Amino acid sequence: MTVFDIVKSFELKIRAGKDRLHEEVTGGYASDLLSDVIAHSRKGNIWITIQTHPNIVAVATMKEIVAIILTGGREPDADTVQKAEEEGIPLLVSPLFTFELAGRLYQIGISGMSPC
Amino acid sequence: MDRTENNILFHKTFHIEGGNFPNAGSISDQVKKALKEAGCPNKVIRRISIATFEAEMNVICYAKRGDLSLFITPNFLKVVVDDEGYGIPDVNLAMSEGYSTADEKIRELGFGAGMGLPNIRKNADEMILTSKFKQGTHLEFVIYLDRQETQLPFE
Amino acid sequence: MTLKEVKETLNADVISGDHDLEKEIKCAFAAELLSDVLALAQEGALLITGFTHAQVVYAADAANLCAILFVRGRWPNEATQQLALQKKIPLLSTSYMMFDTCGILYEYGLKTCALKVTNG
Repeated sequence: MTVFDIVKSFELKIRAGKDRLHEEVTGGYASDLLSDVIAHSRKGNIWITIQTHPNIVAVATMKEIVAIILTGGREPDADTVQKAEEEGIPLLVSPLFTFELAGRLYQIGISGMSPC
Repeated sequence: MDRTENNILFHKTFHIEGGNFPNAGSISDQVKKALKEAGCPNKVIRRISIATFEAEMNVICYAKRGDLSLFITPNFLKVVVDDEGYGIPDVNLAMSEGYSTADEKIRELGFGAGMGLPNIRKNADEMILTSKFKQGTHLEFVIYLDRQETQLPFE
Repeated sequence: MTLKEVKETLNADVISGDHDLEKEIKCAFAAELLSDVLALAQEGALLITGFTHAQVVYAADAANLCAILFVRGRWPNEATQQLALQKKIPLLSTSYMMFDTCGILYEYGLKTCALKVTNG
């Protein structure tokens, strides 16, 4: 499943990185704490969060996350959009809250990691 | 403030130290206790608790120190917060959802989502926010207990 | 869905609130930023979070939430546990990541909280 497939299935709005939606998604990661994402996310993950500031792009780049989805209708800061465009990280927006979005992604086969 | 002073049933002021993250939430907790003891309705307690928590967090995250006062009258509850610190350069901007000046440390502690002031406004019937750049901020919010109350305490 | 069912479905540990496991959960809210919890979680909600500082209990108490479920094997410190006991807010911990925790509970039928983010 690619980022584009998810964008289509969930009617996500694209705020940045529309040319980078072809990447395969290896799994999902949900967290609003950057240190957690840095510690536990994996390459190819799609990251669900409500954090909207530019640091999320730096973290996504560092961890080779394929896309960031902001939930609850959150919009990224202008700086975040700019940085995401520069780094080629798709920034997506969903009106669903984290719980429901993760729930639905899980149902179509995207999963996180096995228990630690 | 005149009308407030005439029929205050309860008044207490709590001091908040800026940067005191370990104890963050303890002041709004005390406010909640006072409201419960005064017999305030649960729904009102929830709204004041949420608004007070946010106000307390703002002082801890962004100010050097502040004082939070709770006033209980037969007709309304009022919370007044005065803090010393950098102040808010643009109050309108600060009131918009998602706008935040939180640094990394604040965010990693779970705060700084930019919802604090909007949360206060959402939970209060009246709200006043003023600030002097590089001096501090003054915040007041009110919840009416008596729905027939038509006189505003700030007029 | 009750807390007992959450415990069994996620193989969660009960940190405190053993006697409260029959509590019915109204809805679920997953977040680590407390202002969002205060703005959007409904009364009676189960808070799913990795945030273990005592503030999460204060926030849950202010918003009248049902219980807190920590993910990623997170375990709250003594201060947080004591506060939760005092506030009578059950605490559970699962080793599942937040993503899968949401997935599993959603699949079970637990609904998301319905309050919406409003602008202005």
